[in-house]
Amino acid sequence: MTDDNKGLEDNLVDDPERRDFLNTVTGVVAGAGVVAASWPFISSMNPSSDVLSKATSEASLVGINPGESKTVEWQGKPVFILRRTDDQIRNMSASPGGKDPQADADRVKKPDWLVVVGLCTHLGCVPSRSSDGWFCPCHGSKYDNSGRVLHGPAPSNLMLPPYEFVSENKIVIG
Amino acid sequence: MKNIISWIDRRFPLTSFVKNELTEYPTPRNLSFWWNFGSLAGVVLVIQIITGVFLAMHYKADASLAFDSVEHIMRDVNYGWLIRYMHSTGATAFFAVIFLHMARTLYYGSYRSPRELMWWTGQILLLLIMATAFMGYLLPWGQMSYWGAQVITSLFGAVPFLGDELVIWLRGDFTVGDATLTRFFALHYLVPFIIMAMIMVHLVALHSVKSSNPSGINLADKDNIPFHPYFTTKDLFGLCIFLVIYSYFVFFQPNMFIEAENYIPADPLQTPIHIVPEWYFLPFYAILRSIPDLLGGVIAMTISVLIFTLMPFLDRTKIPGGAVYRPFYRVLFYVFLINVLVLGYVGAKPPEGFLVILGQFSTALYFGLFAILPFLAKKEELWLRKKGLSPELEALIQSEEKHKAERLAAKRKAKGQQNEK
Repeated sequence: MTDDNKGLEDNLVDDPERRDFLNTVTGVVAGAGVVAASWPFISSMNPSSDVLSKATSEASLVGINPGESKTVEWQGKPVFILRRTDDQIRNMSASPGGKDPQADADRVKKPDWLVVVGLCTHLGCVPSRSSDGWFCPCHGSKYDNSGRVLHGPAPSNLMLPPYEFVSENKIVIG
Repeated sequence: MKNIISWIDRRFPLTSFVKNELTEYPTPRNLSFWWNFGSLAGVVLVIQIITGVFLAMHYKADASLAFDSVEHIMRDVNYGWLIRYMHSTGATAFFAVIFLHMARTLYYGSYRSPRELMWWTGQILLLLIMATAFMGYLLPWGQMSYWGAQVITSLFGAVPFLGDELVIWLRGDFTVGDATLTRFFALHYLVPFIIMAMIMVHLVALHSVKSSNPSGINLADKDNIPFHPYFTTKDLFGLCIFLVIYSYFVFFQPNMFIEAENYIPADPLQTPIHIVPEWYFLPFYAILRSIPDLLGGVIAMTISVLIFTLMPFLDRTKIPGGAVYRPFYRVLFYVFLINVLVLGYVGAKPPEGFLVILGQFSTALYFGLFAILPFLAKKEELWLRKKGLSPELEALIQSEEKHKAERLAAKRKAKGQQNEK
């Protein structure tokens, strides 16, 4: 072995920068590999196609008298359909709401029909109906006849699902 | 037989392992019955795993079949009722034993140096056990199961930005549904084995720092006695007492810890009037409810469980031993204990009137006690010194300080040498 060769070999083994670089590259490639490989597993936990296909439901409005409400299922969630009386409509358009103010007109497509997702925005319990709105039994949030939160721990108003009137007496939610 | 063992010993340290870690494992001679709960927790875990495996042979993790399959276990399967009641009572027993184990650690200051890792691995175990219990509670698919899972998974909705997507991902559906039930079953079966592995870590740490003891002082070698037969007998005796109490609940009060509401099949359109979590979650639930803001409540509840991790940092007194020799800390301990019971009571009741105020007060006190601990420990040390420490105690503190200084010096020296290189 010549002196030149020996110098080269020493360099190869003892070059710490080269070693650090190789370690970093190996780490990055392995890390990226782990992330890439875990994606299918993480993604598999999201709603499957058959769950997603429940995305819309139809609801008939026949037989709901003024002041009455009906609960239908959409994506497994309860949806409240409330046919409001003239009094309720008047009161609701006059009130700005509570914690999360919103005009009543922005929450309905037709003033006599209120359609809201029946899950408390706090922790997802189903509020129960009372004459002046809804009350959540879990942690005491109160909503008015426009589904707006008045008080309690709920941070926001009852959610409005996307829906269309397909005829006078039928809506499609979703 | 001897030949077989010596054959094994040449390939695997069987005899020496049993001798060093079990039969002749040095154990403080002054351990009281408060030191029984660790091994008891291990026994309860084994009961849970065995009964759980047999339940899984008859249970169906499908939203349309789950409730009926549990009733099938109760009515049709031979001794199904016994196995299920052992499992449901076992969950309660597990938390009872773990909470007593934790109370012991807090009272006697067993979390203090050098046992911080015992305390922290224990914390991880507590979280794993809580997760397992929560997921297991969904499986009977009753009303309480369903709405408990709905509320707890909704907690993750408080995470900023990602909240809604995270909740849907956890549930695999827009609400708690079949996908949620199936994954909870899979994880409920998996996590206990992770707990087993974590217990191994907990035990390896234990066998390296050895058991604490009621005096709170690190004992000399002559104050240790072999684990067998002294503590095998003592643990067995404690186990017998435990089994008597456990059997009483399994055979005579099996439904004491099962909400009546949970015998009604899950209905996604109807929330029970009053939903309560299992008793072991009540204090934390009360803290969640006491904060009138979703994100704030979730953060407070999370911290209320994790805050125990800080104990070794918060409590930096030089006075050795636990609450026995520390009058201020002892008061703090009992106030904390009573406060947790108050929180549990508040968590079990509907959030109305006076209870809301009481819950908020207790929540503030809960965190307040942790916050004053560092100052209280300092004050207590000064007070005790003023009153006059016994010379033995003073000597002990001195020697502990000396050890610490030596360790620090050795570390500095090692570092200096490394730098020179």
